[in-house]
Amino acid sequence: MDAPLLSVRQVSLQYRTKEHLVTATYRVSFDVRRCDRFVMLGPSGCGKSTLLKAVGGYMQPVEGAITLNGRRIAGAGPDRMMVFQEFDQLLPWKTVKGNVVFALTSSGKLQGRDAEEKAMHYIEKVRLAKFADCYPHMLSGGMKQRVAIARGMAMEPEVLLMDEPFAALDALTRRKMQDELLQLWEETRFTVMFVTHSIAEAVKIGNRILLMSPHPGQVKAEMISDGTDPMDPATGLKLTERIHHMLFADQVEDEKEALDA
Amino acid sequence: MPSNLEMHGASYAPNQVTKPEPVQAIVSKPLTLGERLWNRGEVRKGLLLVVLAAIWQVYAMRLDNPLLFPTFTSTVEALWEGVASGGLLSKTWHSIQILLVGYTIGLALAALLAVFAITTRVGADLLETLTSMFNPLPAIALLPLALIWFGLGNLSIVFVLVHSVLWAVALNTHSGFMSVSTTLRMVGRNYGLSGLSYVGKILIPAAFPSILSGLKIGWAFAWRTLIAAELVFGVASGSGGLGWFIYENKNQLEIPSVFAGLFSVILIGLLVENVIFRQLEARTVRRWGMQH
Repeated sequence: MDAPLLSVRQVSLQYRTKEHLVTATYRVSFDVRRCDRFVMLGPSGCGKSTLLKAVGGYMQPVEGAITLNGRRIAGAGPDRMMVFQEFDQLLPWKTVKGNVVFALTSSGKLQGRDAEEKAMHYIEKVRLAKFADCYPHMLSGGMKQRVAIARGMAMEPEVLLMDEPFAALDALTRRKMQDELLQLWEETRFTVMFVTHSIAEAVKIGNRILLMSPHPGQVKAEMISDGTDPMDPATGLKLTERIHHMLFADQVEDEKEALDA
Repeated sequence: MPSNLEMHGASYAPNQVTKPEPVQAIVSKPLTLGERLWNRGEVRKGLLLVVLAAIWQVYAMRLDNPLLFPTFTSTVEALWEGVASGGLLSKTWHSIQILLVGYTIGLALAALLAVFAITTRVGADLLETLTSMFNPLPAIALLPLALIWFGLGNLSIVFVLVHSVLWAVALNTHSGFMSVSTTLRMVGRNYGLSGLSYVGKILIPAAFPSILSGLKIGWAFAWRTLIAAELVFGVASGSGGLGWFIYENKNQLEIPSVFAGLFSVILIGLLVENVIFRQLEARTVRRWGMQH
């Protein structure tokens, strides 16, 4: 087995609010291998988004280490492209094509014609070639997210980091985008880390699902998924149901503790 | 309970695809010429200006005292004479030149201050302190001091102009930078941008609506300060601009010419606002959907 592409070892993350020092994750460890569709799933407060930001290089762990190809992550960089949940992640002063080209040129990856060709290639992949010269404000939410995905993929990063990218979309668009993402993955086999709080989305998108528990965020389990939500012969439960039970059991325990206290 | 369902007929039966009825109403039709004209801001504003000029004319004619309030037509006449004799044009040009010098220096300093403020915390503190100190201070109040420091030259006027532009523009730019969303900041850092290229490629365009309104406010402040400074300054020196033109004509009781001077200040203001800044807006923030 190859060495993992990304390795997270005993990572604790903390951030400060005005009044508190919050521990977002406590000694979390996992590996992401090349071409994984690695999903981090958990209720709010489990530190999954914070963890993704740390992998993105936007914050440093207070304990432990995150390494990409054996090198410690020191800051944000174009080898880990982020796709955010917010629709305002596109630069409003650039067209669809301009946004993708700008990512390539400003990071120094490609210049001139090469950048434009690469940009158009990925814009065609997300089926937005007709809108290449439109400004973001003319696009729907789903289209904006597709541009963001095209931009992320055009940079051909080591790993694409997706922070609940479909959470702000309506249900129909969301399902379509999930299908499209899987299709894109079939074509190019990029490595992706995907954060979500939807069990169904995790099972559909991921081949590996990291289940996290909140306050502070810790790893609860890791599941393998083939996208079909299979029945477990031992328990007679579907994967989504098993995940639901694990997350739900946690809640019941919490409530018990609260009652006992 | 058969009534409701039956009344609506078969089209309400479940699981059945209904054919859309042929639409009777207008789907889309071009607006009439009048409606389209009325939709244009220039037309509406132009009409408003005509109405205001008419009110002015009627009022002045009824007052019938050209020393207090000359009519619109005599003001236009005086304006035309001023332009024809070349005096008004050269004085206006003199004013605009000084204005541009002061405005440009003010913008450059504001840019420096705003960039310093966004890159360091001390810079932000400095900008906040300085603007809260100097922004309320009317630029014209500094003119006596400027005359002592820089003498009776254009330098004194440039100094007060810089003061009038600097704080307003710096404050607007800074608040524009501060309101750039976290997501866009993260996107910029994701591309590996930092320092000046981050400011130039992400922050400035993202904050452009605020920067633009800062530019407009700065322009208006500068223009006002200039005319006021020239009025005061004109007493001491003969090489004045538009403000001096107004002052001189007042002394000679050429009131229509005073009005003509004020009128040209207004005309230039309208021109800059409705042509230059409007164009800039149309090409930037409106096109980008950041302002409607």
